[in-house]
Amino acid sequence: MALTQLMGAELAQRVDEAVPGAVDEWSDDTLWVKPASISDVAGFLQSHGDFDMQYLNSISAIDYIGHFELVYHLTSFRKGHKATVKSRLAGREEISAPSVFHLWRGADFQEREIWDLMGIRFDGHPNMKRIMLWEGFEGHPLRKDYTG
Amino acid sequence: MTIRTEPMTVNIGPQHPSTHGVFRLRVTFDGEEILQVEPIFGYLHRGTEKLAEERNYTQVVTLTDRLDYVSSMINNQAYCLAVEQLLGAEVPLRGKYLRTLTAELQRIAAHLMGIGFIIQDLGALGTPLMYCFRSRERILDLFEMLCGARITVSYMRPGGVYFDTPPEFWPALDQFLVDFEEEFKELEQLLLENEIIMVRTRGVSPLPLDVAINCSVSGPVLRASGLQWDWRKEEPYDAYDQVEFDVPTSPDGDNYARFWVRIQEIRQSMRIVRQCIAQIEPGPVRAEVPLVLRPEPGAEAYGRVEASKGELAFYLISDGGISPYRCKIRSPSLLNLTVTEHLLVGFNLADMIVTLGSVDINMGEVDR
Repeated sequence: MALTQLMGAELAQRVDEAVPGAVDEWSDDTLWVKPASISDVAGFLQSHGDFDMQYLNSISAIDYIGHFELVYHLTSFRKGHKATVKSRLAGREEISAPSVFHLWRGADFQEREIWDLMGIRFDGHPNMKRIMLWEGFEGHPLRKDYTG
Repeated sequence: MTIRTEPMTVNIGPQHPSTHGVFRLRVTFDGEEILQVEPIFGYLHRGTEKLAEERNYTQVVTLTDRLDYVSSMINNQAYCLAVEQLLGAEVPLRGKYLRTLTAELQRIAAHLMGIGFIIQDLGALGTPLMYCFRSRERILDLFEMLCGARITVSYMRPGGVYFDTPPEFWPALDQFLVDFEEEFKELEQLLLENEIIMVRTRGVSPLPLDVAINCSVSGPVLRASGLQWDWRKEEPYDAYDQVEFDVPTSPDGDNYARFWVRIQEIRQSMRIVRQCIAQIEPGPVRAEVPLVLRPEPGAEAYGRVEASKGELAFYLISDGGISPYRCKIRSPSLLNLTVTEHLLVGFNLADMIVTLGSVDINMGEVDR
């Protein structure tokens, strides 16, 4: 028995109905949402019975130089399916995204790690401080322009 | 007369004999009772994800050994699966069996350390831990036969494994299984019905299933809270769809349940190893892949395994170059630490280290 990967098009349609204006674009297996809607879309996917995303596998951040991308891997143990939701963040200075800490406690360390190493702040996280490096460390080492 | 008391804040670690690596806890006590706890880590942060961006795909295998360093084979496996997804490469059947076999031997070795240290933390200094180490040592000897290394193995490569087995490996493995059966029985007798262990761990620091799921907990800790979920079953990789095994769970979620689940998993791993020995056939062990790999630009892969600590995944993104553009490591030990506060607050100092041991974290993997 393998998990079903939810299709981007189906996700896009349902998310668009629930959170109008949130959908950015979609591909076969991925949904892109607007950064401002991350928390609303996540809340919808977690609480709606058709999706039932109980489990946040991981949050990843990627520096594409022109923009940053956040990637949420989600799983529902009850429904036996998984989904990938991404969001593109523009700019390099003072960038932030809504936290999903209030939905999944599992986001706690991951969001702190992304702030620490990638320099993306999460609004609504109760303890937004560095996690691997010390306070006072300059820069965010996982950024592509970090030279040490 | 009333005695005035006040809470006291104590630093435990980062260099403490039973904090399982360079890990620090800032704990506020009211007498013996824990009021507040904050885990602090990062002391072993080596920037593995950044280093991976500077090495080619094959070289990154050696970095994965140093994540959860008591479980290197399984780390190799997760990374190689991710690279194979990127390339669309198929591992030859013998390679798949060798990976399954070595990963299960590694799981036995890692769980032996996990349970050995719980006993050590309970105050049984030396003997039970050495019983566990005695058996683990035999597994490391087997790994040495395979690849010349005991801990930092780098045995698996994208496309399969690096070497086929030397002739002396199979008789040594058979002998190990015969001996370990006896050693393990002895260990079970010593530990499972042990009254001191029962009294000290039952009902201590229970983890409800809904909290575990919400905190992204995985692996034996999740299964000890009652969820039957194992990535080897849910998304079978390598030869796991060819072998039979059970996924032990416990409804209790306490320290004893976490300890018990690991012991049961060792039994299941032995079952898988035996089936691999029976089913493996001669053939190539590695697909024909170039030494320097260049996956398609824009390709991405989420290579996931059930590691000894839980869900270990490598999220790789390619830009068409010879190194991963991004190599994100989903670390089970880091996310299992999310429940530290939930587990410890309201319980006693004396149980704190045991509880931490029952979560079985590895700092190499937490800090990466």
